[in-house]
Amino acid sequence: MKKIKKIKIKINGKIKSITHDSNLSLVLKNLKIPLNKVAIELNEEIIDKRKTNKIKLNKNDKIEIVHFIGGG
Amino acid sequence: MVNLKKDSLIIANKKFNSRLIVGTGKYKSMSECAKAIKLSGAEIVTVAVRRVNISDKNKPLLMDYLDPKKFTYLPNTAGCFNSKEALRTLRLAREIGGWKLVKLEVLGDKKNLFPDMIETLKSTEVLANEGFKVMVYCNDDPLMAKRLENAGADAIMPLAAPIGSGLGIQNKINIQIIRKQTKLPLIIDAGLGQASDATIAMELGCDGVLVNTAIAKAKKPFEMALAFKNAVLAGRQSYRSGRIDKILMGNPSSPSKGII
Repeated sequence: MKKIKKIKIKINGKIKSITHDSNLSLVLKNLKIPLNKVAIELNEEIIDKRKTNKIKLNKNDKIEIVHFIGGG
Repeated sequence: MVNLKKDSLIIANKKFNSRLIVGTGKYKSMSECAKAIKLSGAEIVTVAVRRVNISDKNKPLLMDYLDPKKFTYLPNTAGCFNSKEALRTLRLAREIGGWKLVKLEVLGDKKNLFPDMIETLKSTEVLANEGFKVMVYCNDDPLMAKRLENAGADAIMPLAAPIGSGLGIQNKINIQIIRKQTKLPLIIDAGLGQASDATIAMELGCDGVLVNTAIAKAKKPFEMALAFKNAVLAGRQSYRSGRIDKILMGNPSSPSKGII
């Protein structure tokens, strides 16, 4: 069987290994991220949540996923 | 009697019945936070923007406790120390759910938490140009307040005292001068310690107050939430009733005519 190629990306500061042909939508699904409650940045640029399945991920990409928490 | 029901607070063309805005930080639990906020009668709640915990997917979410359809979430840039960080935070906040009404807070010093007004002013201009409705945390300087207004702020939010200090309003004169010069909503933000501080703010003519620590860290947060609700109503009613003039000497309450 052919070995699946993996790449490393950073999500919220943590290094994650993903298959090289993953798109952002798959990664978010695996993390069970509720899209309606978050905002997402890819390499410091805000991305359109409706288009995550069109976004291919590359080695060393930095993803930030944020939401609202208690604050003053 | 003053009809308080018709006395709404209008911020960026949106009407609110409560003049008390509350923070959602520092509570022991989400359920305590939600209960205190419901008791306070507040319709606007400030929230922070932070990373999702990706390793613990079952962590409770604020939105599960405070329905964003029932409360106006006011994303805040607390913890930002320059314009770049603040703008990034609020652009993300807008993306979460389309919120345009935001609270800008750019801090300048980690110990006293005073706002950096140069960065704050810069950020206000950018945000107003991007279509945000910006409520701006600021110091109690009337000149700076005017500049923020000219830069497109939707509400002026001077501090009473340093954030979380509980010292109450330190500079009543400045707050009154800001009140006289602006028609924008004037909301006291930060530094209140007890309910009477909110009454004083309202009696000075402020349009509202924002409270977090004084409720969240009170020994009995639920009762303090109610106390603040009543204090804001009392202060507003007192302000609208037109107080008597201050005089130096006594003035008897009973008529002197007919004394036996």
